[in-house]
Amino acid sequence: MSELLLHLFYVTLDTITDVFPIVAIIFGFQFLVIRKPVPNLRKVIIGFIYVLVGLAFFLVGLEEALFPLGELMAQQLTEPDFIYGIGKVADVVQWQDYKWVYLFAIAIGFSTTIAEPSLLAVAIKANEVSAGVIGINGLRIAVAIGVAVGIGLGTLRIVTGTPLEYYIIAGYIIVIIQTFYAPKMIIALAYDSGGVTTSTVTVPLVTALGLGLATTIPGRSAVLDGFGLIAFASLCPIISVMAYAQLSEWRNRNKNKEQLEG
Amino acid sequence: MKQHVNQIFRSLWNSARDLLPVILVIAFFQIFVLQKPIPNMGQLFVGTLLVVIGLNLFIKGLETGLFPIGENMAYAFARKGSVFWLMAFAFSLGFGTTIAEPALIAVADKAAEVAAIGGVIENTEPARSSYASGLRLTVAFSVGLAIVVGVLRILKGWPIHYLIIAGYAGVVVMTFFAPKEIIGIAYDSGGVTTSTITVPLVTALGVGLASSIKGRNPMLDGFGLIAFASLTPIIFVMGYGMLI
Repeated sequence: MSELLLHLFYVTLDTITDVFPIVAIIFGFQFLVIRKPVPNLRKVIIGFIYVLVGLAFFLVGLEEALFPLGELMAQQLTEPDFIYGIGKVADVVQWQDYKWVYLFAIAIGFSTTIAEPSLLAVAIKANEVSAGVIGINGLRIAVAIGVAVGIGLGTLRIVTGTPLEYYIIAGYIIVIIQTFYAPKMIIALAYDSGGVTTSTVTVPLVTALGLGLATTIPGRSAVLDGFGLIAFASLCPIISVMAYAQLSEWRNRNKNKEQLEG
Repeated sequence: MKQHVNQIFRSLWNSARDLLPVILVIAFFQIFVLQKPIPNMGQLFVGTLLVVIGLNLFIKGLETGLFPIGENMAYAFARKGSVFWLMAFAFSLGFGTTIAEPALIAVADKAAEVAAIGGVIENTEPARSSYASGLRLTVAFSVGLAIVVGVLRILKGWPIHYLIIAGYAGVVVMTFFAPKEIIGIAYDSGGVTTSTITVPLVTALGVGLASSIKGRNPMLDGFGLIAFASLTPIIFVMGYGMLI
């Protein structure tokens, strides 16, 4: 127990060092350039303390509970003993053999995104700004589906060994085409959702999965092929969020048409 | 009092619900696919409890601290009317939050390792660490620049997709010229630069600016800063790989 408390204390200190530059910039500009008192300064400071302590608890909890098990799992699922049966070695890598890996990638991509705090922050803001038109959970689920598909495709790419840039360029083309058809109001938010999905929860688990795969598959190198999953996870949500908006617009239009005709 | 306690329980329950999918996924794979028992149930329970409490405190702090300060500063800069200071603030915010980002430090070290194996730099400790810190500076600079361009876009009301498409074109062009080893890291670096504290602050800044400038719509113009911050590092990291 005391070990846990000590760990919490150290992580809180780490978080403070991470946040220090941000606080210095904000208050530096506030006092030297804006030169006006901060409204509700006390409340803001308490809010910062909440954020710091909250993040520290969050990180320690993840390190205690989910990361060790999740990383171990990523490693075990990619082991040749699990995939081909104990003691067997495959001469040729068959992409179908890794079906549990893809399923794990999809499931872990979806579920860690739902728990991601920065996505929640953006969803709260988008809900507020759009006066409730964009649902907090609707946006989060749309993003999570994007990440799930992205990580799934990313693992498939590592197994097959196809070049990363083909997938990414294809993704860019889809994004550009969608941009011209999607409702205007969603576009900036959709672009943003690519960057917010991958932080505290997703990155460590996904990195473990990528490295595990790249080290165990013959002919792949961990340093060269282990990367790229995060890139998929930040591209696919853009597509899925725009698709979500297009779908809801399309459904509304159909409903209106039915009402007009009926 | 009773109402207060109820409220705390409700928000704790909400966070627990957010975490439920991860727990279910891990339990399912452990028990049914790998067919192993779940180790350290006690530790797992304590850890999950900490995550739930932490998520709750974070959201509370977001609403009382990060969102209001971000928006207040946006209003104050809009009222002050000095574009120069607003740009200086935008750059410092992007640069300052990125240079200390732990995920970026990890990626930069990995990149140095790749470069050393690929023979781009000498495989010695000082060569690797100077490569890694050069890369961190490059990425931090690119994020600072991204926030500046993003804020400028909000001020001028430029449509976001032209800038993003230009960025994509930049990425594609750079991909053809950049050394093969750097491409994976460059693409990933776009996703890791925006941390849990930067995202709410930058979002509040953008939305605050768009709502305080006449003729801007916070929904159309307020978002998009994060998008720039995740695009420019890709281009700059590939550029760094080409130069060194």
